[in-house]
Amino acid sequence: MRHLLSAGDVSRDEANLILDTAEEMRSLADRPIKKLPALRGRTVVNLFFEDSTRTRISFEAAAKRLSADVINFSAKGSSVSKGESLKDTALTLQAMGADGVVCRHGSSGAPHLLANSGWLNGSVINAGDGTHEHPTQALLDAFTMRRHLGSLDGRRITIVGDVLHSRVARSNVLLLSTLGAEVTVVAPPTLLPVDMTAWPCATSYDLDAALPKSDAVMMLRVQRERMNDAFFPSAREYTRRYGLDVHRMAQLPDEAIVLHPGPMNRGMEISAEVADSTRSVIVEQVTNGVAIRMAVLYLLLSGSPDTSTDATTTEETTA
Amino acid sequence: MSPALVPDPAAESVSVPQAAPRTVLDASDISRALTRIAHEILERNRGADPIVLLGIPTRGVGLATRISERIAAVEGQSVPTGSLDVTMYRDDIRMKPARALEHTDIPVGGIDGKVVVLVDDVLFSGRTIRAALDAIGDIGRPKAVQLAVLVDRGHRELPIRADYVGKNLPTSLVERVTVHLTEYDGSDAVVIADKTGVSA
Repeated sequence: MRHLLSAGDVSRDEANLILDTAEEMRSLADRPIKKLPALRGRTVVNLFFEDSTRTRISFEAAAKRLSADVINFSAKGSSVSKGESLKDTALTLQAMGADGVVCRHGSSGAPHLLANSGWLNGSVINAGDGTHEHPTQALLDAFTMRRHLGSLDGRRITIVGDVLHSRVARSNVLLLSTLGAEVTVVAPPTLLPVDMTAWPCATSYDLDAALPKSDAVMMLRVQRERMNDAFFPSAREYTRRYGLDVHRMAQLPDEAIVLHPGPMNRGMEISAEVADSTRSVIVEQVTNGVAIRMAVLYLLLSGSPDTSTDATTTEETTA
Repeated sequence: MSPALVPDPAAESVSVPQAAPRTVLDASDISRALTRIAHEILERNRGADPIVLLGIPTRGVGLATRISERIAAVEGQSVPTGSLDVTMYRDDIRMKPARALEHTDIPVGGIDGKVVVLVDDVLFSGRTIRAALDAIGDIGRPKAVQLAVLVDRGHRELPIRADYVGKNLPTSLVERVTVHLTEYDGSDAVVIADKTGVSA
């Protein structure tokens, strides 16, 4: 693996390697010195064209704990607001010698373009692109579920909400099915993509039918910023049919857990009681996010599969 | 030593019969050496109180467990035993493709003020031990660090020596020393083989 662009590119072995590595990275949080030397002298650029709190902070913490130098870039207050193109931004980063670029962009496919354009030599990690994918979120969700449920093989996982606009849902469906889980997505018909046949999952419009046979439920955020059409009649109706409240939660099997990628709309897709209940692993997901991102950064950036060619070209460009 | 020297000893020794691997320590030799090392550790540290055993994965962990069992049998008191992965502290981390991490398990109570005895299977260049010393420095401040190895094969590249040695084994650089332990390989043995013919 050189880049992490899509959860669909990750094989089962690679996914397990990332999850096992994250397990080791997580134990670092209990140590007095939360620092490892693995990426000393490497530069990681957080290239964020879209607002984000937890993903950017999480990547920053992960890179710093691995001793990498971190440069944060956000579109606001940069030359992008003066009209600089993605290409020129990428060439600038290349000239500064970025070994890894963590990219969040509002357009689907932007990280793919960065990785395959030849503008950059470094590894590109997709931190969420448009409505396409968010692979590290899927990895941290799988990691959190694995810690609670054991192996995901044959586990039934239900993903509820705005699948149409959700990069989290797509990445999760791809990754969880790779790991052997049976995934069901539940959404109002208007919030499902037109053709779901290519997705390795089942679909349903009925949350109450899906809950009793779920080992884990993932509630997706209703993305108000993308709700420019009338996808459902009213927020209240959405909550009534697809929101997770205490009564619905009671239908879950005893061991089942509740996930949410955040940020939550309390009272909309998830009630406050559920979010704060013992089944909720939402805060843990954030902790695990740092471990997963450390694992991904370590596996992509620490070694050098093709040192000879990469090192020389980097030197030539930066010299 | 373990990851660099012992990628897959079982498979290789089977597939390369012409290299004629020679067994230099058998199961009872290994057992006696570990018993002696356990006694030496106790003698030198005047009991088991200050000791924490840390094995370096993979086979150092198995050896540390065995030494720990022997100390428990002699002293009637168990010593904290764990494992210490040094992958991220290696000086060649940038030169090879990223490697999977091994498990690090620091015993409850930590290592501050303790005597840490590092346990590894083969002492060779000393680079693994240098990495382990750096790793220990990030975990705490032990009173002292000592080193126990089953085999010292020479060819040090750093000023590092072992405090407890199972067997000093003069080797040439073209040879490969492999430690087999029942937990991982099905039997106990220290095997020496020619590297030529083995895909090193």
